[in-house]
Amino acid sequence: MKRFIGFIKKEFYHIFRDRRSLFILFGMPIAQIMLFGFAITNEINNVDIAVLDHSKDATTKEIINKISVSKYFSINQFIDRESDIETIFKKGKVKAVLNFETGFSKKLITNHKATIQIITDATDPNTANTISNYVNAILQKYQKGLNEDITIAYQIVPQTRMVYNPELKSVYMFVPGVMTIILMLVSAMMTSISITREKELGTMEILLVSPIKPIQVIVGKVFPYIFLSIINAIVIVVLSIFIFKMPVQGSLFLLAFESVLFIITALALGILISTISATQQTAMMISLMGLMLPVILLSGFIFPISSMPLPLQVISNIIPAKWFIIIIKGIMLKGVGVQYLWKETLILVGMTIFFIGLSVKKYKIRLE
Amino acid sequence: MSITVSNISKSYKSVKALENISFNVKEGELFGLIGPDGSGKTTLFRILTTLLIANEGSATVADFDVVADYKKIRNNVGYMPGKFSLYQDLTIEENLEFFATIFGTTIEENYDLIKDIYVQIEPFKDRRAGKLSGGMKQKLALCCALIHKPKVLFLDEPTTGVDPVSRKEFWEMLKRLQQKGITILVSTPYMDEAALCDRIALIQDGKILQIDTPQAIVKHYPKQIFNVRANNTYQLINSLKAYEHNHSVYPFGEFVHYTDKRADFEREDLIQYLESENLSDIEIEKTLPTIEDTFMELAK
Repeated sequence: MKRFIGFIKKEFYHIFRDRRSLFILFGMPIAQIMLFGFAITNEINNVDIAVLDHSKDATTKEIINKISVSKYFSINQFIDRESDIETIFKKGKVKAVLNFETGFSKKLITNHKATIQIITDATDPNTANTISNYVNAILQKYQKGLNEDITIAYQIVPQTRMVYNPELKSVYMFVPGVMTIILMLVSAMMTSISITREKELGTMEILLVSPIKPIQVIVGKVFPYIFLSIINAIVIVVLSIFIFKMPVQGSLFLLAFESVLFIITALALGILISTISATQQTAMMISLMGLMLPVILLSGFIFPISSMPLPLQVISNIIPAKWFIIIIKGIMLKGVGVQYLWKETLILVGMTIFFIGLSVKKYKIRLE
Repeated sequence: MSITVSNISKSYKSVKALENISFNVKEGELFGLIGPDGSGKTTLFRILTTLLIANEGSATVADFDVVADYKKIRNNVGYMPGKFSLYQDLTIEENLEFFATIFGTTIEENYDLIKDIYVQIEPFKDRRAGKLSGGMKQKLALCCALIHKPKVLFLDEPTTGVDPVSRKEFWEMLKRLQQKGITILVSTPYMDEAALCDRIALIQDGKILQIDTPQAIVKHYPKQIFNVRANNTYQLINSLKAYEHNHSVYPFGEFVHYTDKRADFEREDLIQYLESENLSDIEIEKTLPTIEDTFMELAK
């Protein structure tokens, strides 16, 4: 036991004396959550649009007015010729152009039909899509106002209600994702690097030729990172609650338990990586390529799993992050308890046991 | 016997690192493995410290088998690898304390063993190991390898990259440790250090060339060696190598060590030859063989 404590003490010296990894440990969670929370969002705000109004009558003015008062758009300029459309798109500031046909008002009254062309800059397809949806919505609302006193014989009125995230805030989606990434990164990458560092610097050679047991080395390596990852998880949850007003509908205790479970899964993965890589460089590459990319791309964090091609959907099942994201979304947003999440929890437990078993088997008591 | 090695062979893929190595080291002996880089010294150390398993042969350290009883060996030996292998971001004191704890002891308990060495680095005990000079690093590494009072001490090239003064001090320390009853197996590429061992094994390309005391090894040198000097050493070597009676020619410090094929060496004949090669200030003197000469002769 004294050996073990001595070992852990040494690990903490390593962590606190290495400014760079300390920065990664504590700086990154904060930086990432801020970045994802504020900068990277799917929402649009104050998008610059231009108007090409061939009619310049009362109706078009009213529509333009409606659009410009919404917080989503600001009308940047008015153009007069079709040929200007391409020019302003090329300048890049304007993301959409509204093109009203000639005699808009007249056509609307006499033909009951007038056309607006919405031209969007689809170099960024998501934004283009969102812009056109928002403009459509504004137009439909206006149209509804026009038809108020007319009764239409048959009408289907869809009533949409978005549950769990009614305002469609993208931060609700990012917090679970960022938390997963950070716990994965800190736990898996840092442990794998810290074990391979001993190999690279030759200190593993001395540790092997000493009475300390492999299990003591591994647990001693992992222990400080469990502790640090828990602190990180707390920081992330606190930030998301207080800065982004992210709700925690379910039990905090369950959230804590599931987080610790996921931290242990990630640590087990880190140990596994360290047993197969000889240098810190390799360990880092494997962690980044083998863990980070799948976590970001295949966990359902950014891209919904259900719309992936079938092979990728199958692969996504072996990614621990996928299950953890389901779990925290469930706890934080839906407020469900363990009765709905036991399956995912069991999968994580199973994975952890598998990784630990494999790394114990792969751990070398000699140099080759 | 403190260390027994019998018929050990080890190869990495296609390279044969060790071929049929056998030797014994007695208790309390200071035994040197002398050989150039790549001769297999480190591989042999790793086999004896249970880090590698030999392809053939067997070995025991402190009467424990290196394969079956590897755990017991790991409790009883001190190992100082060739590459500096302490924690660079820990101070001298923290390193020593760490190694003391993992061996289940304390600095105080075995302080008398390391005292001679530790007092030299103690003034810098709060300095990080990475910031120490080569000689101080080696002293610290030796302290860490000694802190649990091992029965056998393995030192793999402990003086490589260390200045001559520290090297000398280091060997004095080894002598003192030997007096405390610790068996020491040390490897070195420096032939001058070989003379300080009780017995040495000359090793090259994974094979042992000879095992004996340094004195005996030198004594068995078959030829008379001459120190030859002239105004142009480079040309002297070339000329001697072209000389029809030459047996061996090696640069040795400011001289060239030369041996002759003939039983009755004719000094005047060589001087005449060298003068005909446009060399001047020629000096030829008899000298005693060194371990380096023996090594070169055996490695021929």
